[in-house]
Amino acid sequence: MDNAVFQWLFAWLPELLQSLVWIVILIMAILLPLLLAVAFLVYFDRKIWAAMQLRRGPNVVGPFGLLQSFADGLKLLFKETLVPAGANKGIFFIAPVVTFSLALIAWAVIPWGEGIVLANLNVGILYIFAISSLGVYGILMAGWASNSRYAFLGALRSAAQMVSYEVSIGFVLVAVLVWVGSLNLSEVVLAQSGGVGSWFVFSHFPLFMIFLISAMAETNRPPFDLPEAEAELVAGYQVEYSSMAFGLFWLGEYTNILLMCAMTSILFFGGWQAPFAFLDFIPGPLWLMIKMAFFFFIFAWVKATVPRYRYDQLMRLGWKVFLPISLFAVVAYGGAALALGRV
Amino acid sequence: MIAALAFYMFAGLAIFAGLMVVVSRNPVHSVLFLILAFFNAAGLFVLLGAEFLAMILIIVYVGAVAVLFLFVVMMLDIDFSELRQGFQQYLPLGGLVGMIVLGELLLVLASGLGRPEMVRIPGSGAVRIAQDVENTAAMGQVLFTDYIYLFQAAGMILLVSMIGAIVLAHRTRPGVKKQIIADQVARTPAESIELIKVETGKGVKM
Repeated sequence: MDNAVFQWLFAWLPELLQSLVWIVILIMAILLPLLLAVAFLVYFDRKIWAAMQLRRGPNVVGPFGLLQSFADGLKLLFKETLVPAGANKGIFFIAPVVTFSLALIAWAVIPWGEGIVLANLNVGILYIFAISSLGVYGILMAGWASNSRYAFLGALRSAAQMVSYEVSIGFVLVAVLVWVGSLNLSEVVLAQSGGVGSWFVFSHFPLFMIFLISAMAETNRPPFDLPEAEAELVAGYQVEYSSMAFGLFWLGEYTNILLMCAMTSILFFGGWQAPFAFLDFIPGPLWLMIKMAFFFFIFAWVKATVPRYRYDQLMRLGWKVFLPISLFAVVAYGGAALALGRV
Repeated sequence: MIAALAFYMFAGLAIFAGLMVVVSRNPVHSVLFLILAFFNAAGLFVLLGAEFLAMILIIVYVGAVAVLFLFVVMMLDIDFSELRQGFQQYLPLGGLVGMIVLGELLLVLASGLGRPEMVRIPGSGAVRIAQDVENTAAMGQVLFTDYIYLFQAAGMILLVSMIGAIVLAHRTRPGVKKQIIADQVARTPAESIELIKVETGKGVKM
């Protein structure tokens, strides 16, 4: 609110409205680039996927096909919205809204640089964890309200899958926050200052692997995209959706993936901090974006190369492999933190 | 003023959602309203400055418990008209239980137990919370120093109930074919793949 331009523009407003307008401006400053980035990430995703399958990928709309996502979005916007006859109308339309808005509100606590954060919550990690655990509701509501067997099966699978992988994500977060001694995301980043060597990816490597894989499962990303498994369930919970309702699911899904990339960067790759001191001239937000793009590439790479999991193997991986390892890691890293005098 | 507005919004929505849980015709709607009620309760916790409790409420109740509720209710094959038949029959008893709970709550409030400085368990010392500590840390200190035995006891009760549920639901089914992952992973190409040169028109003996 101390910004000179802002003062010049809105000084005539009462104090209370000024702070509201300022918050709205800050939210816009995060959301608009985010949604634009999602549009280009979809293009990026499809290009990587195509390159790994020796295809060209989208290359018609705009230079190098860069405008493909906008063309797709526009097409979805102008399509007719179909509602199945037996659908529960209210919930049917609330579901995509829930998915999309939950995907957006999580970004409030992501720190983009030292002090550059919309809401510097003391419980930032818990907030992110809470919001990502709510993601399952959009899918469950969509699956149930569609009144279709495929959609319902997809929703049930998704609920079971997300609840299972949340447990190991939770333990990874606990291990990291015990090490840092704070639930504040900025503190987590500051605890990794001092270049590449102090990033948690080295000291917490097993946790990093578990987090990355669980993040893929949590966002229903291939190879864990069982909820939509087009070969068995047509498209799972999205079967009955058309037009912008489908578009919102699609946007929400990619925003969530991006959020998980941001979380991986913040928890294990030093967030906004440069890897080497001589690269400090590049601003913090840009570093975070570079790291997010790197993890998005890994997500796309895995999607292009790994075949889909079988459902029982997915559950086995979550409960019998990740859960014991991450539970042990909490004890081990907690003990190490105590022995090193960090707590 | 914003805090007051937020309080009335959260409180009003919580009461509305609570009411809708009871009067909704469709059980799935009831569960969804229950989730809305949890959310507003979390909002009230945030207003009280107990952000840790708010987040835990959302993670545990909304993120896990209510998902399982919804999961089960969605899968039940419920006849809605049949479900509502007993409504008038159970109304007096249910109303009585509700009135008793309300009376108890009022009694607690009237006796001043609701005030923060009165919160302690008989037999243990009064709770010491430094003012400048953030509430996650304060909560940890209270839970793991003053109330560690009660905390552990709660954990044991949960463990016992979990084991109980598994014992009740578990049954051994003989003759089920299961994949043994270790065996599968231990296989090598040398012992599982054989290259055979097939001569035209002859076929292969396996």
